[in-house]
Amino acid sequence: MRLLRLTLHRLAVSVPVLLIILCGVFLVLQLAPGDAVDALLGQMGTADATLAEQLREQYGLSGNAASRLVVYLWRLVRLDLGFSVSYNQPVLDVILSRLPATLALVVSALALAFFAGAIVGVAAATKFGRWQDTLISLLGLVFYAAPSFWLGLMGILVFSVWLGWLPSGGLQDLSANYSGPRLVLDMARHLLMPTVTLATIYFAIYLRVIRASMLEVLSLDFVRTARAKGLRESAVIYRHVLRNALLPMITIIGLQAGAMLGGSVAIESVFSLPGLGRLAYEAVVQRDLNMLLGIVFMSSILVIVINFAVDLLYAQIDPRIEAGA
Amino acid sequence: MRRRMGRHHRKGCEMNDLMINRRAFGLGAGATILAGGMSPAALAQETPRRGGVLTVQTYSDLRTLNPAMRASYAIHIYTSKMVEPLVDLGVDNQPVPKLATSWSSSADGKTITFKLREGVKWHDGKPFTSADVQFCAMEMWKKYQNYGTLLHRFLSAVDTPDPHTAVFRYDQPMPMELLLRAACELCYVVPKHVFEGTDLLKNPANLAPVGTGPFKFVSYAPGQNLIMERNPDYWVAGQPYLDRLIIRVINDAAATTASLESGDVQASFFSAIPRTDIVRLAKDNRFRVGTKGNEAYTILNTIGFNTRKKELADVRVRRALAHAVDLNFYCEEFLMGYGKPAKGPIPSTSSFFVPGSAQEYPYDPKKAEALLDEAGFKKGPDGTRMSLRLMPNQSDDIRAFATYIQQSLQKIGVKVNIELLDAAGYIAKVNRDWDFELCTDTNLYRGDPGVGSTIWFQSGVPAGTPWSNQFGWTSPKLDKLVEDALVETDSPKRKAMYGEFVKLATDEIPVLMALEQVFISVASAKLRNDHNSPRWPGTSWADVWIAS
Repeated sequence: MRLLRLTLHRLAVSVPVLLIILCGVFLVLQLAPGDAVDALLGQMGTADATLAEQLREQYGLSGNAASRLVVYLWRLVRLDLGFSVSYNQPVLDVILSRLPATLALVVSALALAFFAGAIVGVAAATKFGRWQDTLISLLGLVFYAAPSFWLGLMGILVFSVWLGWLPSGGLQDLSANYSGPRLVLDMARHLLMPTVTLATIYFAIYLRVIRASMLEVLSLDFVRTARAKGLRESAVIYRHVLRNALLPMITIIGLQAGAMLGGSVAIESVFSLPGLGRLAYEAVVQRDLNMLLGIVFMSSILVIVINFAVDLLYAQIDPRIEAGA
Repeated sequence: MRRRMGRHHRKGCEMNDLMINRRAFGLGAGATILAGGMSPAALAQETPRRGGVLTVQTYSDLRTLNPAMRASYAIHIYTSKMVEPLVDLGVDNQPVPKLATSWSSSADGKTITFKLREGVKWHDGKPFTSADVQFCAMEMWKKYQNYGTLLHRFLSAVDTPDPHTAVFRYDQPMPMELLLRAACELCYVVPKHVFEGTDLLKNPANLAPVGTGPFKFVSYAPGQNLIMERNPDYWVAGQPYLDRLIIRVINDAAATTASLESGDVQASFFSAIPRTDIVRLAKDNRFRVGTKGNEAYTILNTIGFNTRKKELADVRVRRALAHAVDLNFYCEEFLMGYGKPAKGPIPSTSSFFVPGSAQEYPYDPKKAEALLDEAGFKKGPDGTRMSLRLMPNQSDDIRAFATYIQQSLQKIGVKVNIELLDAAGYIAKVNRDWDFELCTDTNLYRGDPGVGSTIWFQSGVPAGTPWSNQFGWTSPKLDKLVEDALVETDSPKRKAMYGEFVKLATDEIPVLMALEQVFISVASAKLRNDHNSPRWPGTSWADVWIAS
């Protein structure tokens, strides 16, 4: 019952937030010079004025901005994301075709960053002030500071061009025509480098967060008590300290999952992956309003859902926090 | 070292030949250029190898794959393997038969008859006939296709006396050479039975082409790839040699180089990789790098002047700005030899190029300053004569050139503020609202000046037409010349008229055609029969094969 109430409450808060986001994106794109037809003409490299008018009519771009916004929102109420001008397909179809690649990339990168970050962060905290800690912190700083597109390109240079171990980009080997488990394996091979590249920056963040919060928890009284009652050091660290230190990590994951679902334009460009980030970027360049709003709408919903899930997870990890309290 | 290389490359460009690893073969500049380490004669003796998959890179993402309704360099890379034109462009810019086998024009130039190839089948098995040509001409080329609407504006009917004859009737004389040259890009034929009676713009075949070409459509994932497979019933017996053809979209220039080097893709077109990589791969004998096979893809980098603005209304100011930019230096140091200063709106690769017709503006900052003084724009106390906005169109190449223009003009006391716009913004602000002082963009030369060159100087084009005369400049003399040339059927006379056009256009320079570049291809040295015609990336590739 409490869960239901919480859900309803969250839903009620989310609707106005969603509305503000969508109106904001709509208005910002109105401020950019040129519309979808201009972008289309740019792609054609030529045009005449009558053709442009004809296209504007066809794509429903001739009305004023306010009425188009109302039309869009009304369609959204009926769960219709509309038609993409730049892809000549329904927006939902295009987004769904891009979603699996993005999800695979994001989920694996987040998981990798989370576990690697946690392990290395704990190691740094337990060796606080020693050379291991300094080394790990330095590594974290390097990964945090290095731009991901650069890491990606260096990865391609080393593992594809020099060593020839991994493919340089794409989602699958198109010339091989694999199916079944071979296809899965092939896709995993293609996703390995992008995943690691995308994970590095998040790894650096998690590592620093977990190290800091471990150090904080380590100084608390109950840790001294646990040690005093003769628990093994590993039991103290993993059962008492880590569990408490994980809470800020989960908060951050909740916040970042949404951002990562929006995709990473840099990673997708470097590895030529068909993801949502690149799609959103193209939508802006092509002034494809329906597409951009569709992506924003979907990612907003995902952020809301993930944050809700994070709230529930809090209660699981720390029984002192009650969901909805 | 870099200077020396620049010279080598420029030479390579001028010879329109593929650059290969000359150092590896110990050859100096001026030595015979060999293709992939073998002489052309040796290549011809090799037996074509069947099979294999060819994967090539492109950076363009397309909304439609119907070349009968949309014409662009990019769409031809994708679709020319599946859909064929009436004629294609052979070496020396001569038309070669494709779906049309022969052609003739009536004495008054108003009736043009095409004999069509017999025994050609669409990919769905139905026969190709003159009715398909008639349908495409009247319903697609004339009504919807960019450039086609202009080319065929006087087309009144296409008669089909028999299934293999199509007679084009025009109200005004149509120069045969204009039609044939334009037909390579604008007269692609798609099947009438697939499109008739449907909403042409929304027909599913626009994204899954049915054609007569050597490759059949398999799948298209926009922004990712297009996959095609061998058409076993192609009308050239034994061709194509390849089993499968994949066009992959890779947007990132550095990633494109990496996929070439790792062997994931075997060719890349339209100067898609960074210039430093072009120079580097040109020295690597796994690749052939050069402008050969791209002669029809000549582009001109422009500097446009909005003559409605008081500073730029004065022709002396426009000439001064033209004198102030050292284009030779730019070609050598920034284009790394792949490009040269242009001589007017008709590039030197064109058969319409008349040497000496263009007024030239050699680099001469002293003269530039004198012209500005004379026009009354003296240096202010801070050394500035005037302040202008420069808008480059979206492309790394154009933006680099914009920075160069800015720094060049700074030296003669003209302060330039660069305003960066993306493609849609550029069209809206520069082409439609004319809210600019200086702009820099690309003019794609379309083989015949009547197709895409004269429109940049003509007046009377409806306002808001992109890539036309945005400069607010009018010349009744030029307008008349351009209109007359479009219906002039006498070939030498027509060429002379375009020589005169270049003279007029370069004398008052509403827009300076600054640089001439031919697109650069990078291809694996294992490819055979590649880059063997002037618009090779946009041709059918039926004879291409991969050596083992």
